[in-house]
This record gives sequence, structure tokens and C-alpha cells, in this order.
Amino acid sequence: MDDMLNTQGHVRLGSSAGQPLTRRDGILKVTGAAPYAADARPEGVLHAVTLAAGIARGRVARLNSAAAEAHPGVVKVYTPANTPALAVSPDEKIHPFVWRMEVLQDDRVRYAGQPIAMVVAETLEAATEAARLLAPDYEAEPHRVTLDDAEPFDTETTAFGRPANMTKGDLATARATSSRHVTTQVDTSAQYHNAMEPHAITAQWVGDRLEIDTPNQAIGLSKQTFSAFLGIAPEQILLRSPFIGGGFGSKAILYGAQLLTILAARDLERPVKLALRRDQVYGPTGHRAPTRQTLRIDMDDMGRITALDHDTITLTSSFDQFLESASNASHSLYAAPVLRTTHHGRRADVGTPGPMRAPGEAPGSAALEIAMDEAARAAGLDPLDFRLLNHADTDPASGMSFSSKALRECYAEAAGRFGWAGRPQEPRQMREGRLLKGWGMGTAQFPCPMFQAAAHATLRADGSAVVETSAADMGQGAWTALAQIAADGLGIDIDKVEFRSGHSDLPDAGVAGGSGHTATAGTALFNAGSDAVRQLADLATQDPASPLFGAGNAGVTARSGRLWRNDDDRSEAYEDILARAGLELIRGEGTGAREGEPTHAMFSHGAVFAEVLVDPDLGQVRVSRLIGAFAAGRIINPALARSQLLGGMIWGIGMALQEEALHDTRSGRFVNNDLAGYHVPVNADAPMVEAITVHEDDPFVNALGIKGVGEIGVTGTVGAIGNAVWHATGVRPGRFPIHPETLI
Amino acid sequence: MNRFDYARADSIGAAIAAAGTPGGSFLAGGTNLLDLMKIGAATPERLIDISRLPLDRIEDTDGGLRIGAMVRNADIARHPEVLARYPALAEALLSGASAQLRNAATTGGNVMQATRCSYFQDPLSPCNRREPGSGCGALGGRTRNHAVLGWDEGCIAVHPSDMCVALAAYDAVVEITGPEGSRDVPMATFHPLPDAAGAGTPALAEGEIVTHIRLPDPGGMARNARYLKLRERTSFAFALVSAAAALEIRDGVIVSARLALGGVAARPWRCHEAEAMLVGMVPTRGSFTVAAAEALTGATPSGDNAHKIELARRIAVRALDLAAAGTPDRLPALPASAFAGEDNG
Ligand SMILES: Cc1cc2nc3c(=O)[nH]c(=O)nc-3n(C[C@H](O)[C@H](O)[C@H](O)COP(=O)(O)OP(=O)(O)OC[C@H]3O[C@@H](n4cnc5c(N)ncnc54)[C@H](O)[C@@H]3O)c2cc1C
Ligand code: SF4
Repeated sequence: MDDMLNTQGHVRLGSSAGQPLTRRDGILKVTGAAPYAADARPEGVLHAVTLAAGIARGRVARLNSAAAEAHPGVVKVYTPANTPALAVSPDEKIHPFVWRMEVLQDDRVRYAGQPIAMVVAETLEAATEAARLLAPDYEAEPHRVTLDDAEPFDTETTAFGRPANMTKGDLATARATSSRHVTTQVDTSAQYHNAMEPHAITAQWVGDRLEIDTPNQAIGLSKQTFSAFLGIAPEQILLRSPFIGGGFGSKAILYGAQLLTILAARDLERPVKLALRRDQVYGPTGHRAPTRQTLRIDMDDMGRITALDHDTITLTSSFDQFLESASNASHSLYAAPVLRTTHHGRRADVGTPGPMRAPGEAPGSAALEIAMDEAARAAGLDPLDFRLLNHADTDPASGMSFSSKALRECYAEAAGRFGWAGRPQEPRQMREGRLLKGWGMGTAQFPCPMFQAAAHATLRADGSAVVETSAADMGQGAWTALAQIAADGLGIDIDKVEFRSGHSDLPDAGVAGGSGHTATAGTALFNAGSDAVRQLADLATQDPASPLFGAGNAGVTARSGRLWRNDDDRSEAYEDILARAGLELIRGEGTGAREGEPTHAMFSHGAVFAEVLVDPDLGQVRVSRLIGAFAAGRIINPALARSQLLGGMIWGIGMALQEEALHDTRSGRFVNNDLAGYHVPVNADAPMVEAITVHEDDPFVNALGIKGVGEIGVTGTVGAIGNAVWHATGVRPGRFPIHPETLI
Repeated sequence: MNRFDYARADSIGAAIAAAGTPGGSFLAGGTNLLDLMKIGAATPERLIDISRLPLDRIEDTDGGLRIGAMVRNADIARHPEVLARYPALAEALLSGASAQLRNAATTGGNVMQATRCSYFQDPLSPCNRREPGSGCGALGGRTRNHAVLGWDEGCIAVHPSDMCVALAAYDAVVEITGPEGSRDVPMATFHPLPDAAGAGTPALAEGEIVTHIRLPDPGGMARNARYLKLRERTSFAFALVSAAAALEIRDGVIVSARLALGGVAARPWRCHEAEAMLVGMVPTRGSFTVAAAEALTGATPSGDNAHKIELARRIAVRALDLAAAGTPDRLPALPASAFAGEDNG
């Protein structure tokens, strides 16, 4: 009850937030006018192409540099022999968000696809052909690229330094006293982000100032990291990333070829551009590692969970340590009085994995939701009833209350819309013509982190404003949603807000990741706007010529570009206040971050219901309906939020049925590193997807009440589809993606 | 990409002359060749652009059709006579690639398109097809998509075309012109089968060009023909396995049958024995099951693809089922898909 009375974070948002405004950058994007990094064509630009290692482990014994250099148009060939050194070794982990990189520091090959040389030429074609002419010889060493043969590697931490293992309660006793249990094993596959825009960078030195165009999800942090490796001051770097053609985590972490391109531009004193081909993205730019998860759920007679045990074995590289933290998906979702989560790494000769849309949560949720369905079956309960029975009223891992949790409403809303009631318990009961039909569900959950952001908001003499923060728009609509928040912070119409974003000379907006960008950068923008308004109010209330004079005690309210007295109905326009004060502008500053230790467990929640059709002869699966309801705090822009949720759910279709990066185990090379071989869902795979948002007020998550919608759609969905496939066929998928032949 | 010369051919004769020396490659729609050049799997020294050759018409021949090699895949699929007489061909074409690709891809290019074997596409892997004598990189590797019929150790790749499977079922003939004159080859035997040493003798000799595809009169099979394709997503994916089936049914008995399988061999796999077996049978699932079993009798896995044999058997039964049920008046919105819808309700 205490929670309900706490109003510490109450913020009144005005008329922009909450509106389904169309994207402010929409026209730019659909007309091709929005500039992406590879579009940069500075005068005299050279083209760089990296050569990818053809073995998975060993050393480069010889490169035919002479042949490459002799190729017409080639300017320089970089190999470990002549690549300028960095100020700090690229094998140094200068902070937890820096991965060890390949910048031609030595002749070692650590994975297939690793850049082992770079050619710079006058044309892209010349550089490409010269890279081929390098025809490397290798001294190969035995390698391993799969979970089965990789070398055990246990660490204290998984992704982002989270503890690898945690236990709460007495597992042995809980098991001994439970009346039933199920054990489930689920494998998930290696996946690549496959953003529409492959990675690219254009670098040029203007005097001693470095200008780079590169899609980047963490502009401020990346500037710092570049400056450390290059040994120059952060102020010497301008990083532009106004638009990102999809990032999904892969553009939050720097990779070696970016540094190589910058070094080449400095060395050659000309701008250099590197645009990776699709196949070159595979390896050096992160991926989601495969997992093998084993879950044991113990229950009492009623079907209440008495213990939940979730173990993950996952692959990382031989030289760094990102572990997909899948077991953590079991921390805070279901009411398990006894809880154990463990992670075991395996080292293989692959590129280092990294964050990919719902890192940890996506594969973890997939396995957990399959296990929950098996447990429901063992308990003789409907999958939804079982989840409701085991609804966590407080966070099992921390014991804290949830800051808000409208999960029951999500279940009810989505189940109602889907028509879940009356679902037969047994599999293979429903048909559509000759096709088997099945229904499955899963619970969605995603944490609500906040990072650090800063922003400026400047009111101008004409009553318009410019707001500034180096936010990243990856297609999620930051340009629009953040501008909406900024407009409300300033109390003006959004059309009067000029939004400046996407380059590193602006205040740092923090990382666009963890579904926390709108919350973090939005808070900073709102606070900056409020700061400007407060200054304006000070001017007016102290000016005898203003109708607001003396309103200081009662206060004023900003709305529609005017300040209004709270004690009567007089008001004054921003322009007039500024004009009388003889000011051209007023600048507000603001930051966004979570203060102090969290007092609540903070998560977005949702419920996803899937219907699949399965061809009984051929095993082909189609998700005919997918309905999700999500409670994600305040929704700033319903249209954009819906797109994010739909995108996440469709991502879940891909993870459940299609996406899988495959290596040839003998060569260690990929066999499907292109979009014809690595399948992502197409329109025909998502005929009916619906995302509903459920109202949720959260006074604790942050002052604006914003959670996040970028990743949660993936969670719940994969398991829901797997469960629907079981319901259609009676076959419990032990592996994602589900292949047709496993269903016949 | 290697440096290459480019020339546009104004006539068939000029094209043949230009291609008659080693290192030349015809460029039609470019949707396959250019991709292969970018990844270094094809390294022609000369591109002979044949895309403007006057081979872009579909002509009526007594009861049949003659399709020029430059006709775009999309234009065949939407041609009224194709829809009326060869609906399985239209369905096969529309199940392939994407709308954009079908608008660019030509008949000749589709027939001559390269295998999608990933080892063929990886210049670092040995491949008898790309580099005769170098060995087969796929053997023992990731072979889920490889052949189960007609393969040999020299090459286990499959031909990826959907169109060719339907053409083979319809007894289509490939018209070829070259330095030595013209010749006709049945679609069903046009693509070579591999042997122990490699991918077999190329379908075309140096300088030869595909000019037309000739389709004979489909006779009584026009309204009992279907194409069905199993793939890993609902659209825009190559076949895991596929089947074209056509039947002529009179008085409840099959008087003529056609069955060709895709995704199983280095060529569209015409199943003559199974067809012969079906003649005189009643069109029931039982008959189709027997025939499909016959069609796959010689099948053996070439790696981790044993499941393809069972899938191919099943898709043959299903395609025959669908053919017997009759071609729908309008092609389904999801052509050749298990989820096409017309038989789901
Ligand atoms: C992403 C993707 C998905 C695809 N999916 C499918 C699918 O599902 N099903 C399917 O069937 N196909 C699919 N395709 C393949 C597509 O059908 C072929 O790329 C296309 O048909 C090739 O035609 P083109 O005119 O572009 O040929 P080009 O690329 O120009 O040429 C291909 C080859 O044929 C040769 N050639 C062309 N014309 C002639 C001629 N007249 N005589 C002799 N040789 C000639 C060329 O020299 C070259 O070797 C897909 C392709 C892509 C890129
Ligand atoms: S299967 Fe054929 S195409 Fe594939 S690698 Fe072997 S020889 Fe080459």
C-alpha cells in the first residue's frame, strides 16, 4: 500500500507525449534523403576492404602484398608488418563495454572471418580485388566452433559483468519435499543481427581533428573509446551517427576495422571509407551465441512451483568473455521460493558474441516458457492457469516489490483477444482443413535499466526551441519520441522544437540499448526543458511589467508556449518574456539517470499468444496469429511503440523458426553468411501480428514513468510459438529454430 | 571482384562469336552471375550482355508455347496462355525468389543459374563444379540442402530452380544455338549428372546459348497440374524439396501422369517409372503413395540429409493429391505453399 501513496516521481506530461505522431524523419527516410554513414563521400575519399581469415585458428604465414600493391588503383596494403600502432593495445579491455579487437596487431587468427589485412584503393572494386590477390597462406591449428567440442570456461560473470551464478534458498530440501518435477532441455542457435545496413565507417582527419561517420548506438562512449585507443583528446573527435539502419546491439560495440580505417585515414592523409559486405559482418561485429539450457521445475501437489533451476551452457570466443546470460530470465518472472541460476561458458574459435536484441532474455525466455508448458502439463493445468497460479507478486530474486506490474491485465487482455478459452489441453486436437493447428503462450518480461544522459534545451526569442542530445535513431523512432518528450518539458508545440541529435559534439545521450534510451535520454531532455522554463519563470515573476509578476509563491505552469499563473488566469508568451528581458535565448540543461540504489524491481511485462498451422505431411510451420499484450509503463508514442513491439514479436518468429548461423565444423567458416542462406522472417511469415499495450502507471521507474518497448516483444514469443507447435503436433521442440523434418 | 571487359551483343550470332573463346560469360538479368562475381565464385574475363537480344517473346506454336530466353520470369508467370495451359509452371515461377528478382530474372538465366551449394559459393573451399579437379568441399560438411538422387562423390549439389522442375514435368525442350549450329535437349536431361570425378560435362559447350524453351501441348493435363514447394519460410526461400505434378484423368482413371522433383538432384528429377505406374490407377492417396515410393527408390543421403528422402516422398504424394483435386481457377496468394489456403478450409 505504501507504494500507492508515493508520488515522488509525479510528472505532468503535456500534449505531445502519448500522441501517435508519425515519424519526423519519415519523409527523409522513404525518399532516401536521410544520410547513412556509407553515403558520406568526402572529397578524395579512398575505399578500404578488409581480408577475412579463411581459417579459424592459427597464424597468417604469408600474404602476397606485392600482388595486391601492384593492382591498379591500390594505394596501400595494411598488414601486421606496417599497420601503425594504437596508443593502447586493442587486446586491452579498457572498460567493460570494449571487446578485444583485431587491428592487425599480430599475425594470429582467432576465428574465421577475422580481418587479417586491409587494402585501401581509389575504388571499391580495386580494393576488393586486391584483397583477393593477397591470397594468404596459413599455419592452421586445430579449432573448434560448436558447443559440443568447445573447451569449458567458467567465469564469475556473464554479459555486462553480471554474476554468473546465483542461488536462493535450499534447493536440495525443496526438491526432496516436492511432489513432482519436470526437466527440460532446449538448445538455441547462433544468430546474427543482420541489420539492413551493414557496418560502415567513413573517417577523415581535418587538421588534428578526426571526423567519423559510422552508425553507432553509444555515441558518447564510443568517442571516449576511440580517443583512448588513438591517444587523442575526446574533443578532437567528431562522431556522426544521425541515422542507423538497424543496430540491435551490434552497433553498440566497436570493432577493429573501424580503428583500422581511422588509422589509414591518418596515415594516408585522405578520407577513407569502409563498408562491410554482408558476409564480412559475420564474425567481427558480434552475434548471439548458441545456448544449451537445462531447466528443472519442482512443484507441489497444487502445481505451485517450489524450486526453479536454470542452467545455461553457452559459447564465447577464445579471447574474450561475453556469456549470453540466458538463465537470468528465470530470476524475476515466476514465484519460485527456491531459485538457482547457473552459467557455464565454452571457449571456441569464433568471434566474440555480444548483445543482440534481448541478450540473455531472448534465449532464456524461450527455454523457460517451454519448461513452464511442460510443468503445466505435469500439473494437469492449462498453461495460462499455471502461469497465473505461479504469478510472482514480489520479485523472487531480490525480494523487492515490483515498481508496477500489470501482467495479469496483459494475460487477460491478450487471452481474450486471442480467444484462448476453451483450448483443448491435449495436443493434435485442432485442425484447419488438413493442417494441424496449435495454440501456445508465453510470458514476456524485460528489465528497465537507465543509463546516463545529458541534454540541452534552448528557448529562442521567437518562441521556438532547439533541443540537443546525441541520441541514436536506429529506426525505433528516437527523433520523434524524444522530441515529443522535449516539447512537453518545454511546454511548447512539437512543431516548434528543432531536434538536434546523432553527433558527438552534443550532450551525451547514453547508449541506445537495454530498451532504456527513451527513458534515459527522454528524462534528460525533459529536465533540460524544465530547467529552461524555470529560468523563464524566474524572469517573468520578478519583472513588474509581466502579468506573472509576483506569481512566485503560487507558481506558474508552462503550456502551449506560454506561462500561466496558477493563482488566476493571466499568462504571458515565451517570446514576450524574452523580448522584455532583451534575451535572444535561454538555455536549460538536464540529465537523466536513476538516482540511488533501486528500491523496487523494475520490469516491463507482457503475454504472447501464438497460433501455428503445421502441415502434417511436410512439417512446415506458419505462425497464423500472434497476439501480445504488453505493460510497459507510459507509452510516449503509441504508433512507434506498436512498431517496436511488432518488430520484437516478428524477431521471435525468426528465432523460433528460421534464424541460425551455421559453421562448417571442418573449416570453421560460415556456410550461410548471406541473406539468401540466413533466413529472417518475410511478410508472408507474419500474416497476423497484433500488439496491444495495457495501461500502466509507474511512479518509481523514473519521473516520466517510461519503461521500454524495444526488446520485450522477443521474449515470450519464441516460447509461445514452440508451445503452439507442440500443441499442434505433440512434438516438443528441443531446439530453436524448429526444422520441418523434426515434426514429421 | 576481378577486372573484366563488357560488351553488349546485338545479335545471337554476335553473342555466340563473342562467347566462343574462354573466359566469356553471358550476362542476362544478372541476378545470379553478379552475386557470384562479387563473392569471387565466378571470375569471368568478359561479360557478354545478351539482355537486349530479340528473344523476349512468348509465341504460340501448335498447341504449345515457345518462350524466348530473355523473357522475364514474371512475364511468363503472368502470361494468360501459361496460366491456362501450364499452371504448374506459373505456380513454380511465382514460388521462386521475390517479385523484384522475378522481374529481372530471365528464362535462360533461370535454366543456367548456378547451384546454391555454399561450398560452391565459398572460393576458399574446393569445388569440382567451380574448379574442376579440386574435389568436393561439401562432402562431409553441412549437406542438409544437398542431393539424395543422382549424385556421385564428384558433386552432391542440387539445381535450385523451381521453374525447371515444372518445365521438366511438361516435357519442355531447351533450344540451343552455338558455333556448331542448333540443337534441342529435353529439359529433364539438360543439366548434367555428376560422376565420381566432378559435376559432369557442362550442359552448354563453349559459345552455346540458350535461345528458347519449347513447351509441347499439355493435352488433357491443363487443369490437373500443381507445383508444391517445402521451404524454411513461407516465401522467398529456395526449396528444401519440391514437386511438380500433372495428371490426365478420364472416367476416374489416370491416363497420363507427370511427376518431377526439385531440390533433390543436380537436375529437375523426372520420375518416369512412377508416372508409368500411375497410368491406369485411380487417383487416390494410396496410388500416389505407391508411385511416390517408386520415385524415391534409388535415393540415398549424400550426408546429413536422409530426411530429404522422406520429405521428397511426401511432397510427391501431396503434389499428386493437389493435381488430382484440380488446378484452382486463380493461383493462390501463396503459390506452391503448404499454406496456400484453398484446401485448408
Ligand atoms: C535471393 C535470391 C533468391 C532466389 N530464390 C529463388 C527461388 O526460390 N527459386 C528459383 O528458382 N530461383 C531463385 N533465385 C534464382 C533466380 O531465379 C536466378 O538468379 C535467375 O533466374 C537468374 O536469371 P538471370 O537472368 O538474372 O541470370 P544471370 O545472373 O544473368 O545469369 C545466370 C547464369 O546463366 C547464364 N546465362 C544467362 N542467360 C543465358 C542464356 N540465354 N544462354 C546461356 N547461358 C545463359 C549466365 O552466363 C550465368 O552463368 C533466387 C535468386 C536470389 C538472388
Ligand atoms: S557439391 Fe558440387 S557444387 Fe558443392 S562443393 Fe561439391 S562439387 Fe562443388
